[in-house]
Amino acid sequence: MLEVRNLHAKVGNTEILRGIDLTVNAGEVHAVMGPNGSGKSTLAHVLAGRESYEVTAGEVIYEGKDLLKMPPEERAREGVFLAFQYPVEIPGVSTTYFLKAGVNAIRKHRGLEEFDAIDFLALIKEKMKLVEMDQSLVNRPLNEGFSGGEKKRNEILQMAVLDPKLAILDETDSGLDIDALRIVANGVDALRSKDRAILLITHYQRLLNYIVPDYVHVMFDGRIVKSGGKALALELEDKGYDWIKAEVELAQPTIA
Amino acid sequence: MMVTASKELDTYLSDFELFEKNGATKGPSWIHQIRKAAISRFSELGFPTTRLEEWKYTNVAPIAKTRFKRAECEANGLTAEALARATLEESACVQLVFVNGHFSRKLSSLRSLPEGVKAGSLAAAWGSDPASIEPHLARHASYHDHAFVALNSAFMKDGAFVYVPKGKVVERPIHLLFVSTAPFDSAQDRPVGLAHESLGTAVVSHPRNLIVADDGSQAMIVESYVGVGTNVYLTNVVTEIIGGKNAVIDYYKVQRESEEAFHIATVQAHLDRSSNFSSHSIDLGGALVRNDLNATLDGEGIECTLDGLYMVTGRQHVDNHTRIDHVKPHCSSRELYKGLLDGKSRGVFNGKIYVHKAAQKTDAKQTNKNLLLSEGATINTKPQLEIYADDVKCTHGSTIGQLDQDAVFYLRSRGLDLATARNLLTYAFASEMVGRIKVEPVRAQIENLLVTRLQHGSRAEDAR
Repeated sequence: MLEVRNLHAKVGNTEILRGIDLTVNAGEVHAVMGPNGSGKSTLAHVLAGRESYEVTAGEVIYEGKDLLKMPPEERAREGVFLAFQYPVEIPGVSTTYFLKAGVNAIRKHRGLEEFDAIDFLALIKEKMKLVEMDQSLVNRPLNEGFSGGEKKRNEILQMAVLDPKLAILDETDSGLDIDALRIVANGVDALRSKDRAILLITHYQRLLNYIVPDYVHVMFDGRIVKSGGKALALELEDKGYDWIKAEVELAQPTIA
Repeated sequence: MMVTASKELDTYLSDFELFEKNGATKGPSWIHQIRKAAISRFSELGFPTTRLEEWKYTNVAPIAKTRFKRAECEANGLTAEALARATLEESACVQLVFVNGHFSRKLSSLRSLPEGVKAGSLAAAWGSDPASIEPHLARHASYHDHAFVALNSAFMKDGAFVYVPKGKVVERPIHLLFVSTAPFDSAQDRPVGLAHESLGTAVVSHPRNLIVADDGSQAMIVESYVGVGTNVYLTNVVTEIIGGKNAVIDYYKVQRESEEAFHIATVQAHLDRSSNFSSHSIDLGGALVRNDLNATLDGEGIECTLDGLYMVTGRQHVDNHTRIDHVKPHCSSRELYKGLLDGKSRGVFNGKIYVHKAAQKTDAKQTNKNLLLSEGATINTKPQLEIYADDVKCTHGSTIGQLDQDAVFYLRSRGLDLATARNLLTYAFASEMVGRIKVEPVRAQIENLLVTRLQHGSRAEDAR
């Protein structure tokens, strides 16, 4: 589904991604872990099409197409979804209104009939149960005055409604108390399917107790430096990131 | 002092002589006195220049240079159908229509006016009911320091008079619709085609409105300004609003003049103890627009809310000057003006809050927020506090920004295209003000205009 090859990206003059290689197939859950500043979030945003990052080398093939050529809305319509670490507050636009506009743009692109208000209401009501949200929240202006947990649940609600093929979750677990984490994680886990790939960007292992990944990758300094199964996550939890750093530094002279 | 009137002023002075000789000036002598004093003051003031602090960013030279013809015509051939886009649903309100400043009974609908409430032509009222007019007219909007108020006071001929008696609650909004039309060519049975070269055919009207809400009364007043055709004209309006003790006045001014029009307006509200005045000023039209909105809180416990929304594009210029005078203690004022500026438009906001020495416990808050949608748009914003009391709570602030790129990306990442994302955010910015409009047909009208404007904007962007 997703083939990332030698991806380099920078912000201004700072190179943040320095050669990412990653293959994700349908039905798989990949966790991307790493210390702060390793480039995890940048990877997520570059895949979603944020224009403030400049791709300087490499390619991303998504469903056989050149993902990097598509504007963000086209990526969304082709099935790429990013759950934001910091969802934006938009006073004056309700979640319902905005999400209906989004889902219909996607459906139109896929040649499906657009939802009318009644169909959409039924859909969103069903999906709200998944993240234990109530009606009053989705009628409120988008994310305005939402707690951290409510914002993250709203992201997962959007994921459920938009039904992406590739869902990228950028630190969806950060800042959540254990109850909110459980709700969010259960919501995501329920959305696992053989047709969908999920990329979990996270700093901590605890999310992976709920959503058990098929693969774990460790990012450091703009590269994926180690990949493995779920055991790798536990090892990181246990030992921290320092041993990875040490390994990388040890390897460096030979690279040079 | 020797007054050296320029050629521009001479035109007005000689026109005033004509105006006086003309039968149109029939009326009580006190009106005549006001007019004479006002023209004399105007001849001293002249048109303001940008050297004056209050007019620093608004150059009225295009108005001063244009030779306007006083609009004499009545509702020539103007039909209710032609006004449909500007009228409010008839069943929902009392509607008074003014064509080039003159009251048109034919186009108005006064059927649902409650007993005791007066609404109609000011000129008719100052003849038949001077006791209701004389104590108020020109007592509040001062022509001594504002040239356009002086001009209006000199040439005032008609406008709206609304009186709500003591304790009366008027449930339905009273809509005052001001329509400017091109001079009518009766031979052709259509408006005369106007072009810039035909100076002297541009018309001016000086509508004069007086709204009196007696003690304990309640009313919603909506003033709308529209133009029929695309001609150059000037609307120079003055509205005086008097709120008695405990009166509740919800006042709307919706300015949708045609795109070549000049619109100069002064609204002066004088409020008594425990009254509640809220104003909603909406500017969408006009080439050059200046609003002066002044509220004098002359009693304790008054609540005053000033809301404003201006949405301009192309080369439009809109200037909102507001002044709130806290004269007595324990009053609160809340002011929020929002501006959306696109194209090469220019906005000016100047909000003055003046807290007099006696006005202890004043609670005043003023905010001006602007969204610049293009590189070429400009806003000059200046909040001003002058405080002479020592126990008050006053805050003010202004913001100028562009669309939040994080928010644009967020929306696009959910499948919305760039134009839709921008429109949605622009709409969101303005919708706060629309949501504060309590008169449902006005709210719906503004909402529609806003959505239409945004769709046009996105089409223009697609074309580029």
